Amino acid sequence: MSEATAKKPSRRKLLIYAPLAVAGVAGLGFWAMLRGLQDGSFDPRGVPSALIGRHPPQFTLPGLDSSGLPPLASNDLRSFDRPIIVNFWASWCVPCIIEHPQLMALQRQGVPILGVNYKDRPADAQTFLTRHGNPFLRLGIDVPGRVAIDWGVYGVPESYLLDREGVIRWRWAGPITPEVLSQDIAPLLRRWGA
Amino acid sequence: MPRPATLLLCLALLLSLPAAAQVEDETSYRLRDPVAEQRAREIGKELRCLVCQNQSIEDSEAALARDLRRIVREQVERGATDAEVIDFLHDRYGDFVLLRPPLRLSTVLLWATPGLALLGGLFAIWRVRRRSSGVAVTELTEAERARLAELQGDQRA
Repeated sequence: MSEATAKKPSRRKLLIYAPLAVAGVAGLGFWAMLRGLQDGSFDPRGVPSALIGRHPPQFTLPGLDSSGLPPLASNDLRSFDRPIIVNFWASWCVPCIIEHPQLMALQRQGVPILGVNYKDRPADAQTFLTRHGNPFLRLGIDVPGRVAIDWGVYGVPESYLLDREGVIRWRWAGPITPEVLSQDIAPLLRRWGA
Repeated sequence: MPRPATLLLCLALLLSLPAAAQVEDETSYRLRDPVAEQRAREIGKELRCLVCQNQSIEDSEAALARDLRRIVREQVERGATDAEVIDFLHDRYGDFVLLRPPLRLSTVLLWATPGLALLGGLFAIWRVRRRSSGVAVTELTEAERARLAELQGDQRA
């Protein structure tokens, strides 16, 4: 037998394992995806914010008169000497009820929270605040939802963390759960608060 | 002037739009100028609805898609170019809003996959063909040669 024919069978034997190797790598990737889905680090439906590292858009919103809170405009976002949270919410949004206790907790910690009430009836918004408490320092109402679109909001609730210079550093689409509060927001507040 | 059947069809489509469940209920918004409306529709087909994600904003009935359709039409009416309208939404929602992802470092693999698959297929075909032709030129051993001569001799006899 020549050398070439002697080599061939061993290479072929290796090729038999190629599909196994491919399946192994695919399995590993799948496992990583499932893990990411479980701990929230991978979200295939998540839309990354285009505004990270940028200043928010210019806007002026009317206030909710019955609440007695001052209205909200983009200039107000820079008047704090610490990181702030901008929260988009609505009374008709069920996850907003879930996240509300966490907003109240942040407010008790002294974190400035600025609210934007999205496509809501003023009376409904007021009822929500009366029932669940008011975490906001300022509140703007965005009935047409145009300011929300300028921010890249695609659903409520959505929250943004701005550093003391007013630059958007973090965005969370969905309710702020106690886990998000302790695992994401607390470290971010420490990082951008110094 | 469109045919009566076309008008009837348009009317049926208009009436069949489901009532939106949002607080602020707007009727669907169309441009009077059919050329501009057509252009707005083409732009809308390039833009992804961020709520349903597998539909364009033209196909989606989500409230946000309705708002985005309106924005597209407002800008078309104002005389913005297609690129300007798409940039407006790209600035706010990033690459995610584009149904046709742009070619950049992070999307190279995505764009290259069809080419890579084709190359892989060509490589496999080349391997298989080389192997079969390789079998054809395999030298016969002495014993095989003798057996062949024997068989051929038998035939001739």
